[in-house]
Amino acid sequence: MSIVVGKNLTKYYKKFKALDSVSFEIKEGECFGFLGPNGAGKTTLMGMIYGFILPSEGEIKIFDITLNDKNLPQIKKRIGVIPQDNNLDPDLSVLENLIVYARYFDVPKKKALKRATELLKFIKLEQWSNINVRKLSGGMQRKLIFARGLINDPDIIILDEPTTGLDPRSRRQIWDKIEFLKHSGKTLILTTHYMEEAEKLCDRLAIMDKGKILIIDTPKNLSDKFGGNLEHVYLNMTEG
Amino acid sequence: MNLKRAFRVWQRNATVYKKLYRSSLTLNFFEPMLYLVALGYGLGGFIKEIMGMTYIEFIAPGIVMSSAMFAACYECTYGTYVRMVYQKTFDAVLATPISFSELVLGELLWGTTKSLIYGTIIILVISLFGLIKSYFAIFLIPLIILCGLIFASLSLIATAIVPGIDSFNYFYTLVLTPIFLFSGIFFPVEDMPEVVVKLSQINPLVHFVNISRAFSYGKITQTLIYDLTIVIVYLIVLLPLPFILLKRRYLL
Repeated sequence: MSIVVGKNLTKYYKKFKALDSVSFEIKEGECFGFLGPNGAGKTTLMGMIYGFILPSEGEIKIFDITLNDKNLPQIKKRIGVIPQDNNLDPDLSVLENLIVYARYFDVPKKKALKRATELLKFIKLEQWSNINVRKLSGGMQRKLIFARGLINDPDIIILDEPTTGLDPRSRRQIWDKIEFLKHSGKTLILTTHYMEEAEKLCDRLAIMDKGKILIIDTPKNLSDKFGGNLEHVYLNMTEG
Repeated sequence: MNLKRAFRVWQRNATVYKKLYRSSLTLNFFEPMLYLVALGYGLGGFIKEIMGMTYIEFIAPGIVMSSAMFAACYECTYGTYVRMVYQKTFDAVLATPISFSELVLGELLWGTTKSLIYGTIIILVISLFGLIKSYFAIFLIPLIILCGLIFASLSLIATAIVPGIDSFNYFYTLVLTPIFLFSGIFFPVEDMPEVVVKLSQINPLVHFVNISRAFSYGKITQTLIYDLTIVIVYLIVLLPLPFILLKRRYLL
């Protein structure tokens, strides 16, 4: 069953066409990747999926519900967003960041505390829970953003370049967590410009360039079809 | 729009404030106290009587309103701007079920809450000075809330249109300082040249100061209806604008 369906999505910023009639379907439980160079329209597309950017044309259905102002809250309640930017609350501690975020989803206090404690264990930050987030390293902050995106136990998790700017060790740790989520049956939507990441994590990939989806297939089919590894496919198809 | 979700935004700001209030409370409290003491007693020594009151009696009810005004303004200019641009708190909130309008409402109500906190503290202080002389003073509380809503709205409008954080200087110097100085807190504006008198009628703080003085000393007259009407018109006109303008600035 398709859990996210995008139809002819187009986005203009003034006259600039950031997305050009993009269509795709994401199946429940798969890890779907959007791969492309900077400026390909990945972040715009992600923003549309979680209702932050309104399409100029086209339509998105999530959980079989058309995304519009009225339906947005009930859809977003079941989506977890792990953004590219650090937007943790710098005045709050690690634990408070999770608790405050849980309140936005109306998670009851006790349940939020339990869930936050579990998540801090999951990302191995439990001994930091009362430390102000400003004191965390970049890698730890990313892990906390990752945990925060899971606070509402979402069915769909959007990961916007989850490992950009991380050292190799932190990167592997994040990958392990993503694998874990995949095995627990969550639908994952991921953007990346790392070939290795796409190949390792994604069941299917959409290669994007200049606001268009060039092709959608499994990583294996893509490299079989076009020869060589995924990096070849990517470099040949996109102009950057 | 769902009020509970707007409350969640308010609650986030309250959580942060609870951690940091010690430093900001004393500072925000200090400034109005300076005016009250320096002008009330300092300048008051040279002014025998003004409209049948001592000078400190004359200015105290106005200081309550200007404190309420500035509290909402600081919060909804610098505070909101930092959350919107630098800390990306807006981004984080909008990835959750909270809608943009609920986010703006939360900010607006939080700015109003700051007015309520600082305005009430000043009321308590001036009542210690023996400057509250009527039970009507209880109505100062809803008056502060109204003042907070209006100036929080005005400040959010500024936040929606400034190109950068430094531009708030224009808002403070060209809008708020004249509003404050020509509000009738320190001298009756009616005695000024006619242009100033006319201009002062469109200054919302003038009306708040009039009402506040009336409530503090129990001098309820018919002109209160006029003052109240003006501030309610301000509320109706200003309130929808932050929602429209911030949305236009923020949502792509």
